[in-house]
Amino acid sequence: MEHTSWLTGSLVYLAAAVLAVPLAKFLRLGSIIGYLAAGILIGPSGLKFVTDPKDMLHFAEFGVVLMLFLVGLELEPRRLWSLRKPIFGWGSVQLFGSAALMFGVGVACGVDWRLSLVGALGLAMSSTAIGLGVLAERNLMATTSGQSVLSVALLQDVAAIPILALLPLLAIAGAASHGDGGGWLGAAKAIGVILAIVLGGRLLLRPALRWIAGSQTPEIFTAASLLLVVATAALMQAVGLSMALGAFLAGVLLAESEYRRELETDLEPFKGLLLGLFFIAVGMSIDFAVVLAQPVIVAAIVVGFLLLKAAVLWGMSRAMEIPQVERPVFIILLAQGGEFGFVVFQTAAGAGVIDAPTSSLLVAAVAISMLLTPLLLVGADKWWIPALAGQSKRKIAEISEPQAEPVIIAGFGRYGQIVGRMLYANGIQPTVLDVSADQIETMRRFGWRVFYGDATRLDLMRTAGADKARVIVLAIDDVEKSVEAATMIRENFPNATIVARARNVQHLYELHELGVRLIERETLDAALMSARSVLEELGWERHQARNLALRFRRHNVAQVTKMAPHRNDEAKLVAAAKQGRQQLEEQFAQEREEALKRQARAGWGHDGRAAPTVGEAAAE
Amino acid sequence: MDSPPPAATAADILVITAHPQMEHSRVNRRLMHSAARVTGIGANHTVLVRDLYALYPDYLIDVAEEQALLASARLVVWQHPIHWYSMPPLMKLWVDEVLAFGWAYGPGGDALRGKDLWLVATTGGPEESYRPDSYNRYFFDAFLPPYEQTAALCGMRFLPPLLLHGAHKVDEAEVAAHETVFAQRIASYPDWPELEHLSDCIACEVPDDARPAEAPEDAPPATARRSETEAA
Repeated sequence: MEHTSWLTGSLVYLAAAVLAVPLAKFLRLGSIIGYLAAGILIGPSGLKFVTDPKDMLHFAEFGVVLMLFLVGLELEPRRLWSLRKPIFGWGSVQLFGSAALMFGVGVACGVDWRLSLVGALGLAMSSTAIGLGVLAERNLMATTSGQSVLSVALLQDVAAIPILALLPLLAIAGAASHGDGGGWLGAAKAIGVILAIVLGGRLLLRPALRWIAGSQTPEIFTAASLLLVVATAALMQAVGLSMALGAFLAGVLLAESEYRRELETDLEPFKGLLLGLFFIAVGMSIDFAVVLAQPVIVAAIVVGFLLLKAAVLWGMSRAMEIPQVERPVFIILLAQGGEFGFVVFQTAAGAGVIDAPTSSLLVAAVAISMLLTPLLLVGADKWWIPALAGQSKRKIAEISEPQAEPVIIAGFGRYGQIVGRMLYANGIQPTVLDVSADQIETMRRFGWRVFYGDATRLDLMRTAGADKARVIVLAIDDVEKSVEAATMIRENFPNATIVARARNVQHLYELHELGVRLIERETLDAALMSARSVLEELGWERHQARNLALRFRRHNVAQVTKMAPHRNDEAKLVAAAKQGRQQLEEQFAQEREEALKRQARAGWGHDGRAAPTVGEAAAE
Repeated sequence: MDSPPPAATAADILVITAHPQMEHSRVNRRLMHSAARVTGIGANHTVLVRDLYALYPDYLIDVAEEQALLASARLVVWQHPIHWYSMPPLMKLWVDEVLAFGWAYGPGGDALRGKDLWLVATTGGPEESYRPDSYNRYFFDAFLPPYEQTAALCGMRFLPPLLLHGAHKVDEAEVAAHETVFAQRIASYPDWPELEHLSDCIACEVPDDARPAEAPEDAPPATARRSETEAA
């Protein structure tokens, strides 16, 4: 970008992001689609505000670098070591398996073998930015699929180096390769830099950060954080290694340091904005002219490579024993093309292995696959995952023998377990149902009798003995399922009393509307206990804190119950909540004042008895 | 417990029942149920039974509601087993909180004045144990003054208590007879033979010097005001 247009550029990028992202969020499409759409909109194919997205792509790549640094920060060396098998084993399977498959199909379709090889390797890469971005957005980083995606992404980062080194060789594939000497030197340099980063990170970084933090200048610490990442990236690039990989390494080395949290908070906003910029740049770089010129070929490439990669990933996910419901995300995130693909194709075009039009065709295919990924995820959320969820549960046999216990507990998670344990402790054997195969297996290992059973299904509830049960505990954490089950039970088993867990007030209202009366908000009592602790810490007497909490509870419960009929009238709810709060505050304030007065007042009898606390000790 | 029970409707006879282990009760449970049935058989007054341990398992007494019910009753019955020569703890808490200063006693505290208080109690020990030569060392009357004085301070007439000693051991016939007496008394109140000889109000006149030396500076009694707002 030109220097003069810096301001205009910022204006365009920021405005596009600020408009498009909330809109995409509002449409439940996720922020990444918003960024991509913003990019298409302002790019050469859209309104042409920006005509050369390449520079921006380079600049914004730093967002990916920062992201990997932050990912590294979350991963202590010990955990990284334990991931070595998925990284090198499964990562290689993904990359080389997909590449081999695509190469084979390419050659079989009569494409030149060099082009096939470049295309296969480039398309086998997956977008780390979108992958990890989606995992973070959905909070899946800690799951099996999250760790698997991370492992594969890391291997791709590592593998990108030899692949990029290999490309120029393809151009002169006919002749014998000559670059050996330089290659060895390069390898030595690369190893040297990695050693320098590891040793430096171990020995120097922490004291340096301590010294900088000691200066008590927050912005300098931020600057130092950025410098650290920039320096690592620069060092890696100088020897031709992946910047992101270097940043990741630096992050891992600092994962155990006391500055981990500070580094995270300092870099988070930069990462977010730069990643956004990166996605915008990707959106801009989709050359719709190429796509429109050969729509069928582009579509065939996109669909073809997505399917081939997905096939490999599907096999992997089975072999890796990723839980069924997590598989769609795993497959979709790794099936897409990635930003390394851009680099591969550009380098290959530069080296003359493939020609420019083919390169832009492949780049367009990758970019389109990245654009499709968030959409595919939305689709998977709607259709694929629910279907799988239904399927996987059936692996565990449904409840089949008729039960006749007086109590049924539906949902044996954190909430249902406590209910169940209290009942067991008192000699009651409830019939316990859950819909999570994992949960059931875990609970069975602990010796609980838990059946697979969906409480929304009439036939299963009948088998579970709902027609004989006196109490049915609805401890399901899914609000919709809970309401659905309550509706079904009220209709078909009117003799059973429902004792329900409510996730929140709106859930409580929905259950209340169905005629359920024994509803507990899951957080109310725990929070009140905490409030009691706070009062106690501030010097309130323990018994007084207890009384105040119980009275607050009664007031709150009465208020919520009173407002149940107006649950859809938000204005009314807000007004009533405000009024109720004010009422209680005034009442408590008044009592405090009266208590003070009473203390100041003299005794009330001639016989010198103490202040008339007879009836009031407990109330205060 | 997220739905509070509907407010009770006031009655002429208010039976306050307190038994911490109603599941083990032989006598008090029957008395409570028979009192509740009196309402149904068309007596000329209404009866309301308040089972305190069922209403307030968490010991959080709704003072406002209790006071409102007391205010409209003519006869208040305290029905409970004697525990350690006194009332069960929730009953005592009820007394502490509901019979509040400025409402039941003290300045402006005349909400209960002129009403009757009737103690209906059971003891585990047999009657013979309440003798100077037995393990309870006192006649049972010796444990009544706190009750009598509570009534007196509130300006209430303390009716002759109805007692059943040795509640664990007495035979079924005796329990049934006791229950009948209790139910008849509830049904026929205030036409009880023993009340004819009872002075109008033994200790209704609380001497002036038992009242506070000076009225508090601001007029409305504290607890009554609290009660009004608390109802929300």
